[in-house]
Amino acid sequence: MNVQKVRKDFPILARKINGKPLVYLDSAATSQKPKQVIDAVENFLKTSNANVHRGIHTLTVEATEALDHAREKIADFVGVKDVGEIIFVRNATEAINLVAYSWGRLNISKGDEIVLTIAEHHSNFVPWQQLAAENGAILKIVSVDGNGEIDLEAFEKALAKKTKLVTFFHVSNILGTIAPVRRLASSVKRLAPQAKILIDGAQAVPHLPVNISKIGCDFYAFSGHKMLAPAGIGVLWGKREILEAMPPFMFGGDMISTVKIEKTQWAELPLKFEAGTPNIEGAIGLGAAVDYLQKIGMENVRKHEVGLTHYALEKLSKIEEVEVFGPKEVSKRCGVISFKIGSVPAHDVASILDSEGVEIRSGFNCAEPLADFLGTGPLARASFYVYNTKEEIRKFIEAIEKVKEVFHLSPKHEARNPKQNQNHKKINFQTVSNL
Amino acid sequence: MFRASIFEFRILIQMDLYREEILEHWQNPNNFGKVADADLVIDQVNPLCGDQVTFSFKIDRGKIKDVAFTGSGCAISVASSSMLSEYIKGKSIKDLEKLTGQKVLDLIGGPVAPARLKCVFLPLEVIRKLKDN
Repeated sequence: MNVQKVRKDFPILARKINGKPLVYLDSAATSQKPKQVIDAVENFLKTSNANVHRGIHTLTVEATEALDHAREKIADFVGVKDVGEIIFVRNATEAINLVAYSWGRLNISKGDEIVLTIAEHHSNFVPWQQLAAENGAILKIVSVDGNGEIDLEAFEKALAKKTKLVTFFHVSNILGTIAPVRRLASSVKRLAPQAKILIDGAQAVPHLPVNISKIGCDFYAFSGHKMLAPAGIGVLWGKREILEAMPPFMFGGDMISTVKIEKTQWAELPLKFEAGTPNIEGAIGLGAAVDYLQKIGMENVRKHEVGLTHYALEKLSKIEEVEVFGPKEVSKRCGVISFKIGSVPAHDVASILDSEGVEIRSGFNCAEPLADFLGTGPLARASFYVYNTKEEIRKFIEAIEKVKEVFHLSPKHEARNPKQNQNHKKINFQTVSNL
Repeated sequence: MFRASIFEFRILIQMDLYREEILEHWQNPNNFGKVADADLVIDQVNPLCGDQVTFSFKIDRGKIKDVAFTGSGCAISVASSSMLSEYIKGKSIKDLEKLTGQKVLDLIGGPVAPARLKCVFLPLEVIRKLKDN
């Protein structure tokens, strides 16, 4: 993979931030877009725009074909043979909510158990917390260990007869941890065969070769905007027999086959779950993003990011004040690095890095329960993608030196500098009921 | 030329934001802690960055007799809370209703980049809640 050639495809990389060249290290929040994706969207809007699945005129036929073609490419990209199982949604959040509202409310009731991890993104935590609060289901929250990995023993202990759903991240958006998804799925099959498995793949599909059909899960969710496509398009994959037994999540046009005053019949998959005019240009953009990633090759994407992550971890380890979270072994993690610089608040770290043109995320990064569990408070997070270079990581490290320079003082007050929680040594999993 | 000058201005804002005075307030804030027998306690969070403050007040005949704050936040929100807590001591709640964002920026004493306004105004949000309590 020639990173300089890749960089030329991303127009935004030419801009400056505060007079300095942009160093974009926030791809875990959203990725930048290559001109191939921008052009595909623009070209569709300029030449073939029409609504889909409506009427018979030339443009609507072209638009429908373009949407179908995008769906086929995406299915192929993630190893799915049945295109009807690829449901277009807005993002991974909507995909998970679809499962929670449609499948969850039909199949999970009072006293049933939902097993998930402490490191879930809010999008895979709040929907289950709310379902439990609504109907008295029980959450079993599995810890991560000191290395940022899911505690496998606790995970297996949490699985029981009452487990209805098991859900976990494929890649953690904070720790970067790659979950051993096939192993976890086989544990579920062995210890709670009645349970369904939902995987949040939002941070995995953009960065790793993913073959959903080989994992052994029932649902898999991911977002387009984190993998070079525009925002507002994402995918829920589900097994056909499960999707067919599920009621629709939303009602309206496109999701019906016939509507009589007394009764409506639902459309076939995937349209049953795609009420209303879909994000046609978004799906076409995602199709183009898939083409782009396939041309590079996901193995090469992974290799590039392993190189960057290895380099960044090595550089960061040499700065005494820096503490890095997540697995120490590059083979167990993606290019997401959450860190702290001494007692400097994460937000100030991001602010000073921004003045150097280095864009990183700061805050709870949509995983507040994990920050509470680890006792870290808000964290700074740098994340990498195909367009990042070692040179940019050098600039990132230089900017960290700048933070140290500005914040040469340490706060005297204990409360400004909270002690880290050692929870992960004690707790295997927490059972939360009566929400 | 125009664009270049905007960039320079923004860099100035950034560096000015972390001047010594602000860092000293962060390092050793005024009124950090809790007042004894508080008449009123107000929490405020900024979910965007995870800043969280708790202000406790001792109120006497509509006036702030004593105030203290605890919490965890960025240097800017801590410095702003420190400066503002000092400023409101002895003032009447009625007068504080007129406290403007500009006045808070004047207290901070410098231009603030738009992204950091929420941090500066975190304690002001607390003061705005005073009259409702």
